[in-house]
Amino acid sequence: MDRLKDKVALISGGARGQGAAEARLFASEGARVVIGDVLDADAAAKEINSKVGVRAVAAVHLDVTRAADWRAAVDACRREFGGLDILVNNAGVFNTTGLEETSEELWDTIVNINQKGVWLGMKFAIPAMRERGGGSIINISSVAGLTGSAGSTAYHGTKGAVRLLTKAAAVQYGPEKIRVNSVHPGIIATQMIDIIPKEQRQRFTAFVPLRREGTAEDVAKVVLFLASDDASYVTGAEFVVDGGLTAT
Amino acid sequence: MDRLKGKVALISGGARGQGAAEGRLFAAEGAKVVLGDVLDAEAARTAEEINARTGARVALGVHLDVTRAADWRAAVESCTREFGGLDILVNNAGIADVRGVEETSEEQWDSVININQKGVWLGMKFAIPAMRKRGGGSIVNISSIYGIIGSPGSAAYHASKGAVRLLTKAAAAQYAADKIRVNSVHPGVILTPMTDTAPREQLQPVIDKAPMKRAAQPEEVGWCVVFLASDEASFVTGAELVVDGGYTAV
Repeated sequence: MDRLKDKVALISGGARGQGAAEARLFASEGARVVIGDVLDADAAAKEINSKVGVRAVAAVHLDVTRAADWRAAVDACRREFGGLDILVNNAGVFNTTGLEETSEELWDTIVNINQKGVWLGMKFAIPAMRERGGGSIINISSVAGLTGSAGSTAYHGTKGAVRLLTKAAAVQYGPEKIRVNSVHPGIIATQMIDIIPKEQRQRFTAFVPLRREGTAEDVAKVVLFLASDDASYVTGAEFVVDGGLTAT
Repeated sequence: MDRLKGKVALISGGARGQGAAEGRLFAAEGAKVVLGDVLDAEAARTAEEINARTGARVALGVHLDVTRAADWRAAVESCTREFGGLDILVNNAGIADVRGVEETSEEQWDSVININQKGVWLGMKFAIPAMRKRGGGSIVNISSIYGIIGSPGSAAYHASKGAVRLLTKAAAAQYAADKIRVNSVHPGVILTPMTDTAPREQLQPVIDKAPMKRAAQPEEVGWCVVFLASDEASFVTGAELVVDGGYTAV
């Protein structure tokens, strides 16, 4: 119930799916949460607040590709809840386009959201964490940051980048007690992967040793662990949440 | 001597350093080589030097800014026009950057990501159709040990090299059916003009930590690239070849 008591978290892409599940779980564990999204996140915030019976969650507009939005989101954490301890770089877009089929425009969009957004988030969150004497950053990569597939070229590139960006930041900020880890979900049933046809998803799932798609909550529980002091000696690490997909 | 006989290679960043070493070794093994670089005069000089040594016109310098699609298109056309096709692409061009997460500006971030990461994708995008015409090919993407492990700084560089590692695996998966192999090479500290841009006090600890306790010569990477480019590596795709004196093994 109190695994994140007195901690303040900022979650990008928090309006729905995995980000909203993380916010719900964080709030139920005693955290104060700012959810940032390009979508209206007010409804998600209201729903969680009414469930926990206090104003635990605030919503802000956050386009992760814009430095000014990140600055404002971190300011909101300070203003609303007194500081920032946890950043979840959760926002991302999925795309299945292959190498030659990808246009420069599409490439730039995916790289800016999935990769530059993660760097900007860390850049603006770290000074606020330093004020608190430390913190925990969780970057949502993917199994696509560990293994390849025949398509999703730009997506693979960005998720591989997030994996190494995580390790670089873990090394740089270890002395300041800021831990940085990456999470690598497999096939998780959220709106992000609605573009994959149903029969294709069923075929994927047949390769998953646990024989099911993951839920947003499956991932959120791993993120909670990394955000909490239970993971106090864990940094620069990779957490696969894929039902065993990459183990085969 | 003939490990790359009859093959045509395009090497980005081929004017000097590791790219020039690869160009020299490729030519010595019987390949025709197009050296692409933003350093036009140096690329032309390296090509001339290779031609003089080989006693035939086997190398050519072309202007190639790897961030520009039009330059890649022209470079691939040069391969076809001058030497009849394209079999091997070495995505070798890259820049180093030692700045950490907070110290990096958006301008610097974009510049490193565009050259080291987008450049690799663009190179593959334009080379693959030419390789398909030849019934296959080999792409060698130069990543880094910094695409495998972290360090205190070099945030954008780490991101770009991690991206290249996965771009390589995705392309390997997509183009295996076309008989195009795609692999990544992960050098440690290599003595080239690129590493000269990094402060010596930052390089020395990395050199000292490697079991071999020395930096590599560009040729030591070059031979690994020759192997991956050649038919000796005919069943090797989506793989990572670490050339680091044991740095990441300990």
